[in-house]
Amino acid sequence: MSNHLNPGDMKAYTRRSFLQHSSLFASAALTVPAFLQSSALALPRAMTGLSSIAGVDEDRILVVIQLSGGNDGLNTLVPFGDDGYRRVRSRIALSADEVLKLNRNGGLGLHPSMGGFKGLYDEGMCAIVQGVGYPNPNRSHFASMDIWHTADTNGTGDGWLGKYVDSQCCGYGSGTPGAQTALNQAQNDPPPPPPPPLIAIGKTAPLALHGRTMMPVAIESADMYQWTGDKMGKGMVKAYNRSIEERSEADTASGADDNKSFLVRTAMDAQVSSKKIRNAVNEKSLVQYPNSSLAKQLSMVASMIRAGMPTRVFYVSHGSFDTHANQGGAQGTHARLLKQLSEAVGAFYKDMKAQGNDGRVLSMCFSEFGRRVGQNGSGGTDHGTAAPMFLFGPMVEPGLHARYPSLTSLDNGDLKYTVDFRQVYAEVLDDWLGASSREVLGRGYKHLRVLKR
Amino acid sequence: MHAAGTQTARGRVGTFSAVKEEGFGYKEARHLLLRAGFGGTYEQIHTLARWGPERAVDHLVGYGEIPNETDLGSAFLDDIIRPLSRTERQELTRARQMGDEDTVDRYRKERQKRQRQDRGQMRDIQRAWLTWMVQTARPLEEKMTLFWHGHFATSFRNVEDSWHMYSQNQMLRKNAMGNFGELLLGIVRDPAMLKYLNNNQNRKGSPNENFGRELLELFSLGEGNYGERDIKEAARTLTGYTFRDNDFYFNHNQHDKGNKRVLGAVGNYDGDALVKIILRQEACALFVCLKLYKFFVRDIPMDLSVVDLVTRKVLLQMAMMLRKGGYEIGPVVRKLLMSEHFYDSINMGTKIKSPCELLIGSVRSLGVPVRDIGVVSEAMDLMGQSLFLPPSVKGWDGGRNWINTSTLFVRQNTLIYLLTGALPTRPGFLRDSSYFDPLALVPSLNTPVESDSSDELIVRELMELTLGGGDESMVRSVVDGAVQGGTMRESEAVVRALVLLTSMPEYQLC
Repeated sequence: MSNHLNPGDMKAYTRRSFLQHSSLFASAALTVPAFLQSSALALPRAMTGLSSIAGVDEDRILVVIQLSGGNDGLNTLVPFGDDGYRRVRSRIALSADEVLKLNRNGGLGLHPSMGGFKGLYDEGMCAIVQGVGYPNPNRSHFASMDIWHTADTNGTGDGWLGKYVDSQCCGYGSGTPGAQTALNQAQNDPPPPPPPPLIAIGKTAPLALHGRTMMPVAIESADMYQWTGDKMGKGMVKAYNRSIEERSEADTASGADDNKSFLVRTAMDAQVSSKKIRNAVNEKSLVQYPNSSLAKQLSMVASMIRAGMPTRVFYVSHGSFDTHANQGGAQGTHARLLKQLSEAVGAFYKDMKAQGNDGRVLSMCFSEFGRRVGQNGSGGTDHGTAAPMFLFGPMVEPGLHARYPSLTSLDNGDLKYTVDFRQVYAEVLDDWLGASSREVLGRGYKHLRVLKR
Repeated sequence: MHAAGTQTARGRVGTFSAVKEEGFGYKEARHLLLRAGFGGTYEQIHTLARWGPERAVDHLVGYGEIPNETDLGSAFLDDIIRPLSRTERQELTRARQMGDEDTVDRYRKERQKRQRQDRGQMRDIQRAWLTWMVQTARPLEEKMTLFWHGHFATSFRNVEDSWHMYSQNQMLRKNAMGNFGELLLGIVRDPAMLKYLNNNQNRKGSPNENFGRELLELFSLGEGNYGERDIKEAARTLTGYTFRDNDFYFNHNQHDKGNKRVLGAVGNYDGDALVKIILRQEACALFVCLKLYKFFVRDIPMDLSVVDLVTRKVLLQMAMMLRKGGYEIGPVVRKLLMSEHFYDSINMGTKIKSPCELLIGSVRSLGVPVRDIGVVSEAMDLMGQSLFLPPSVKGWDGGRNWINTSTLFVRQNTLIYLLTGALPTRPGFLRDSSYFDPLALVPSLNTPVESDSSDELIVRELMELTLGGGDESMVRSVVDGAVQGGTMRESEAVVRALVLLTSMPEYQLC
């Protein structure tokens, strides 16, 4: 490896070799494109003092699980002990016998199909924040989703996680780019394109991930994440790779950083990372995942974490929870959605444990709004307001947080929120991602202490 | 991060004065067509080159002279989303009071049905616009409409009324090369925008500042050219600016009739008066010219103090021209497209194409079939540009923001789809089989077989068309990959060459 630091011997470590000898991946830490630089590899990471939780690995990951369509919070975290609950939900209410009780006399329980969540809860890996919402609730799916994504009650502006990246530059904390530059100078290599600190699993990246610094990467499946020209014959692949490598070498020699060399670097990274991601995803998981779209998404996330990708935020989604009609009680549509959610998250944390990565991965589950307290005429529920948020991982302060909104003191038939969702964002930003929530969210919010200190 | 204007090795950057006749050849004509349109075929480029800069630019800018055949909107409905009639409202209120769930449910289902239908219409309008971009004989008209759509960014996500989106699009098209004052006036009275920025909730005594803020920050003056107080007062002038059904409506009762002090002026202003005050600000013309410059010439920071001297001078000259010309846009764009500066090497082949430029441009310049406009518009979405659905009121950032490893794959693979009909998601036998004849693309393919057009010559010409040039080593790589035992005369080989050329990083540039 020492000759890699000798600028006179540049040819030895240009990226060309990676397309030709992919077996070098494992050893050539310094020359793997930035996209793939694993936390375990040689990059010094100036992250000291970034976070306030002692004894936790600095390579932290946040997984956001979006429940699209408005999850019915009342039938998720069920106030079965409250007469008011059963009275207005005669067709869909869950009884004391059915729910998975969380506390002995509090009268709260999880929906019966949420065994996975209950397991994590009992292990001390689940924090539930009750009554989460925001002022002047908007009951339009899009508008409310935008509000959650932008952390702005007008729902305008950039996404909160995009702004987080903007505030950090590349998602590594402000100290790192300097370290990377120094390293690159030693290598006499142009600076690599910033790695994707944010990856959405799906067709497109949600607004939450959009910022100014870069466009978030969206990966629907590893099969889609490749150049399809390679299906047109070996000669094509060879010609394509050769053209790109030649340009890459020329740019390396000249140190160019114009749009063309930026595109060449990205094309190079795309070729290499495509292979890496396909390999990662094709690798057999350490645990068995159930068969649902969310489980597939989370298992993809798990394989990327296992492959050592430096991504800080993964975004997955599940739904639709828009249960206007025939929502069901212990069985039915809502029960099925919650079962898929709870089983997928349960399997994901089993996998994280098996990988030894559980301590690095915080997950956060939200929906754009809850649903109305009373059922409607179609055995379903209409758009409402406050609902619980769930956070998972050994770093959470387990148990119930904040207060359950009153079922009697309502705002036009809707729950009054007791916690602003931005309080949770702020804590995740400050204490988990090591950012400044004040900078990202535009002002400070009181922490609830849902994360351990 | 962005390649801010820097002095070239020659020590100067072309000025705002007109490019000379002899400085305008194939390369320049190709550049003009890419930037002021969606690219062109080999013949179109040569025709413009022969015409010379003045006639070429006048042809593009003076598009009003070119007959326009298609009426984009004849098939669209203006009443899918409509307010309930008085009788309907009464029936619904009564049902709610009586607990008549069946009736309430019927209304809800009807609303949901209409919303579904309207989303379908929005998709149709989106596709119709893309199709029109491919077909139009006035490419600059659509390019400018796209520019204003990004400038006055409004999203169907929040507007939830396809007819309002469509009407706004027509307003932008009508004024695309007209007067900026008219556009600004159009936008403060535009139902889609009023809904998008919550101005229908901006009322006397309880103002909503959303529209007032963006109007100053993003649409006219730019950050730093107004104060927080101006925003509050601007919001007051806009109180009562709302819409009823499909039309602008000025609600006198909700309008704040008190005096406002905004941007140094004092009076009982309304939104229309605010527009006039904004146009009097010097910052306005410069801001609009910066946006035009970024769209047509080069990605530069919005902060003039970090831009190189020559570019700054060009911008100040543009702004002066816009202001003195009463905010007429056409003359400024014409002068810019004819300027030496526009054809300077630092501005040619250096700008990252928007998804729209990439795809529409490919169809128009290579003559590939559109195949499935739904696939094209979905691909654009994956690349980060859905028409009528900009990510935020700031529009599309453009430049390097378009590109990451996943969007680059989508860009390359969508071109492969257009060229071959093969989709990454579908097995090979389901490929689209629309006929694409690449054998007339360039002159060397058009000659009799016995002539001596070598494989290299053919690839070199294809390379000039797709990339504007390239070196011999790329020619060799492409020939090697494309020929595969036959000759470059076979259409399969030409298609393979085009796949390779459009996969090159340079193809993302214009």
